Formats: sequence, C-alpha cells, structure tokens
Amino acid sequence: MIEVNNLTKKYGDHTAVDHISFHVKKGKIYGFLGPNGAGKTTTMNMITGYIGATEGDVKVNGHDIFEEPELAKKSIGYLPELPPLYMEMTPEEYLKFAAELKGVEKQKIKSMVEDVMQMTGVSDMRRRLIKNLSKGYRQRVGLAQALLGYPEILILDEPTVGLDPKQIIEMRQLIKNLKENHTIILSSHILTEISEVCDEVIIITDGKLVASDSLANLSRLSELKNNQINLTVRGNEKVILECVRRVNGVKSVKASVSRNDSGAVDIIVERKADMDIRESLFYALANAKCPILSMRADKKSLEDIFLDMTKMPDTSNGEAVLENPKDKLQVKEG
Amino acid sequence: MNAVFKRELKSCFNSMTGYIFIAFIIFIVSMFFSLYNLYAGSSLIRNSLNGVSFALFIIIPILTMRVMAEERKQKTDQLLYTSPVKITDIVLGKYLALEVTFLIPVILFCFYPFIMKIYGKTEESMAMDFVALFGFFLLGSLYLAIGLFLSSITESQVIAAVLTFGILMITYFIGGLLSLVPGSAIASLIGFVIVVIVVAFILYAMTKHIVVSVSVGAVGEIALLIAFFANKTMFEGLFAKVFSVLDCSAKLDNFFYGIFDFTNVAYYVSGCVLFIFLTVQAVQKRRYS
Repeated sequence: MIEVNNLTKKYGDHTAVDHISFHVKKGKIYGFLGPNGAGKTTTMNMITGYIGATEGDVKVNGHDIFEEPELAKKSIGYLPELPPLYMEMTPEEYLKFAAELKGVEKQKIKSMVEDVMQMTGVSDMRRRLIKNLSKGYRQRVGLAQALLGYPEILILDEPTVGLDPKQIIEMRQLIKNLKENHTIILSSHILTEISEVCDEVIIITDGKLVASDSLANLSRLSELKNNQINLTVRGNEKVILECVRRVNGVKSVKASVSRNDSGAVDIIVERKADMDIRESLFYALANAKCPILSMRADKKSLEDIFLDMTKMPDTSNGEAVLENPKDKLQVKEG
Repeated sequence: MNAVFKRELKSCFNSMTGYIFIAFIIFIVSMFFSLYNLYAGSSLIRNSLNGVSFALFIIIPILTMRVMAEERKQKTDQLLYTSPVKITDIVLGKYLALEVTFLIPVILFCFYPFIMKIYGKTEESMAMDFVALFGFFLLGSLYLAIGLFLSSITESQVIAAVLTFGILMITYFIGGLLSLVPGSAIASLIGFVIVVIVVAFILYAMTKHIVVSVSVGAVGEIALLIAFFANKTMFEGLFAKVFSVLDCSAKLDNFFYGIFDFTNVAYYVSGCVLFIFLTVQAVQKRRYS
C-alpha cells in the first residue's frame, strides 16, 4: 500500500525527519507514535504530498507521491492535526466542495456527502456554519472530508486531540469501524488509544525510526525484560528480606523507599529470567509467618515501551532500560 | 479548478470583501461618469476611467490580500495541496474567481455608453468607449495577478495588502518618476550598475549563496561596462526606456484613444501569465523548503 524509503526532511541545518523507511500493509491500523517534535506530522505531511521531501521517496499503491502526485493522492484521505475547514461554510457546503475537489463524479457527490455525514454523525449540523461548531464536531467534519471518495488509505493526525472523553470513545469506535474498508495510519501521543485501536506500531523519536512492529510483539518483548515483582508483606523488614533472598530464582531484593504505616513492608524482588518465582515466594513467606498482602508482577504497558524506546541514549540517568532495542526488534532502519 | 473557482467566488461574497470591492469601484466610476459625462457633457467614457485607475490600486489589494495568505494561515491549504489537483489548477481557479468579481462592475460600465447614446453619441465614440473599457479590464486583471502573487508569498493578509498597494503604486507613478531620470548615457549606466547590485543582494538574501550572488553581480557589471564602452549612444535614455516596462497604466493610453493595440494586449496578458506562473512557483517553493 504505502512504501516509505529513506524519507528525509531538512529545514536548514535541522533534520526533522531522518531517513525513515517503513511499509504499510493493507487492512491494518498503524499507530504512529513519538514524543512532541519527533517528526510525526512532518512525515505524514510528506506521505500525503503536502510538503516535499529533501530525500527519499514515498510510493502509494505503486505511484510516487512526488512524481505522480495526482494518482497517488487519489487513494489517500488526510485529516491533518488542525482540520482544514473553511469557517464561513456549512459542513454540507464544505463537504460538497471537498468532494468536487477530489474529483468525485457529479452525480455521486450528493449521496456520498450524505453517506459520510451519516458515518461521522454530522448530519444534524449540516446547516450550521463551521465556525459555530464545537471542536468535536469540527474534528468530525474533518474526518468526513478525509472519507470522501472512499480512499483506500486514511491518514489521521491526532484525531482525538481536544475531544471530550465521550467523543474520544466515539471517535475510536468510528476508526475501528473504518478498519474494514480502509488502511489507517493514525498518530497520537495518547498511548492507550494506540494500544486500543492499532495493530501495528511505528515509533519515531528525534526524526528517527526506533521501532516498527506489531503491538503484540512489542509488548511480548518488553514483558520478557520485566523481571520485577512488587510485594507488600506484613512483618519485620529484616526477616522478610532474609527469607526472600533464600528463595530459588531470586536475583536481588530490596525494600522500596516508601514504607507502609501498618507494619507492612513494600519490597521489590528481581527474579532471574525465565523463572516464575511467585509460588515459591508465597510458601517461603508463609512459612516465615509473614503474610503477603499484595503481589504484582507488572506487565509493561505501552507507555513503558514508549518511554524506553524514545529515551535518549545520552540522558543523565545513564543506561537505557532496554539495552539496545535495535538488537531485539526487527527494526527497519535506513 | 472548478471547485476552487466556485468556492473562492462564494467566499468573496460570503464576506463583505466582494461587495465592498464592487461597490467602491462602481461608486468611483459612476461619480466620475456623472461629473464628466453627464454634467460636463464629455462624450467619451475614458475621461471617467482615467480618473479611476488610481482607485484600482487602492481597492485591488483589499480583494487579493486574503486569496492565498488566508489559506496558508488557516491551514486550509492542506486540503488543497493533498487533493488530487494540480497546483496550477488551484491557482488558476482562484485567479478566475478574482477576475469574475472584477468583471461584474466592468460589465455594468458597459451600459454607460448606452446611457450617453440617449444624449446623441456617435457609433464611433461608442466603439472607442468599449476599447477603453477593455483596456481598463486588462489593467485590473494585471493588478489582480500581481496581488495574487504577493498574497502567496506571505501568511499575513496585512503584509500582502501593503505589499500589493506599494507595488501597484510604484507601477502607477513610475512613469512620472522615470521622466525625472536624466537621459545621458552615463546616468543610464549608473542606474543599471545600481540595479545589478540590488539584484545581487536580493539573490544573496534568497539563496544565502555568496559565491553565486557575487559572481552574478560581477558578471552583470562587467557586461554593462563592456556594452557601455562598445556603444555609448545606445545607453542614452536606455534606463528610462527599459524601466518604462513597469509602467502598466501608461499602456492604457492607447486603449483610451480607441486604438486596439495588440502589443499592449500582449503586454497585459503576458504580465498576468507571468504572475500566475510566479504564484505557482512560490507555492511549490514553500513546499520544498
């Protein structure tokens, strides 16, 4: 569907996007993740042909966006960060204009506009001026615009920013529904959104691609790396630590800084890789008459993965949590 | 192109701009028309139009300032440039909408000669009037193209308006200014030398490439000096002659005297084409820098 090869954008000396390459396959939702200023919007603007690239190319269905822009743009619907709406128009007028601009046949325009208004739920607002619509509705009109012509690919730049919680849920549902007929790339820095909606995740930071993999793969990998178990145990701290240390498979143990008032101790146990020590911990502490109040083996959330991936190698806290994500993940790097 | 054209025309009349523009032009022309033609009894509309061309460079910036600049500011250009439409078509659509807006008062003025006919106007002077109106329309079209271009190089409508106003004013007064330039060969040479230096500076400001701009400047100056010493007489009055090309309102005089001169038509049309082309280039350049 979309092939991005060595895409680079330089603004003077500043490199906003640095040799990014990835492929987008049909029928999936891709999450485009990265901290602010990582180059997400710039990349999306280049894929859609809004701005030119300094280097590299983008092929949409085999058509180069810079060489054959008209053909390539036909199969893309784009909702930019700020929906490109004309404030002095009504949604209906605007969508008719956009449909005509996209080269939809004259006799189909009316039914198509009707259809996308239905899908995005803006039919009730059709005769109001866009400047009088709320942010949520403007976003929907923007999305309706992207859907016109039923392009195979939808590119959505932060589609839920500025919406209220109910609207966010609706928007996500809408995006999920669109999955059947469209390939979707959506950028966001709301991580739950990505983990809820997307199949594949593309992470970029500082203009560079750090990971491009399925969500399942990414979380499995980072789960493997998570060897910590958090415990809250009632009893004497020394006894507990001694007892835990003797359990087979425990690599290290320490009491966490914050102490419980109720005579309980919070401890963090690090296990050796590939061993489940939770049962042995339970019996050991039970024998020592130190009841376990709670035990958690935290799964890494996408948030942690994201933080790990986008951590600058030269930050002051030293070692990155993942030694080198590039070794572990199949990262396509230009 | 069609879609952009229709939307642009609509937006002209959704806001006050279009109405104010048309009302202003009609008001000025009609005022001169009633003074010169109806009261004073002059039989040619050119006397009215003559007084009006200054009004054009005041009002045209108001119409053209938002055309490209607002799209850029509101980011609605993202829709235009990511749609499967050529940029040339987008720019042409916008230009045509401006033309149509301007054509509305011009068509109205086409009825004025008929009003005069009631008072006994000859067929010949009718024809002269239509030629004059055609020239007036061409001048306006060129002004619109210049305004369109200047609107495309900035995000700010105010800057676009002020730039357009300034440049149109220069083209209006340049005829008078050039007549002050001494006609001697050496004065022309000095004039050209200064122009080449300015061009080299502009080139440097745009490309930040010192070698290119200095060498362009140097080559230009050397060529000038060689040409000057080879043929001094050629330089007499040359500066004024070359720069009178910028005097777009002077080209109107022939039309006002009823002469349908194709060189002048070509002058205006090629001017429009040049500025539409420059607009497309300005848009492209911004996308690639």
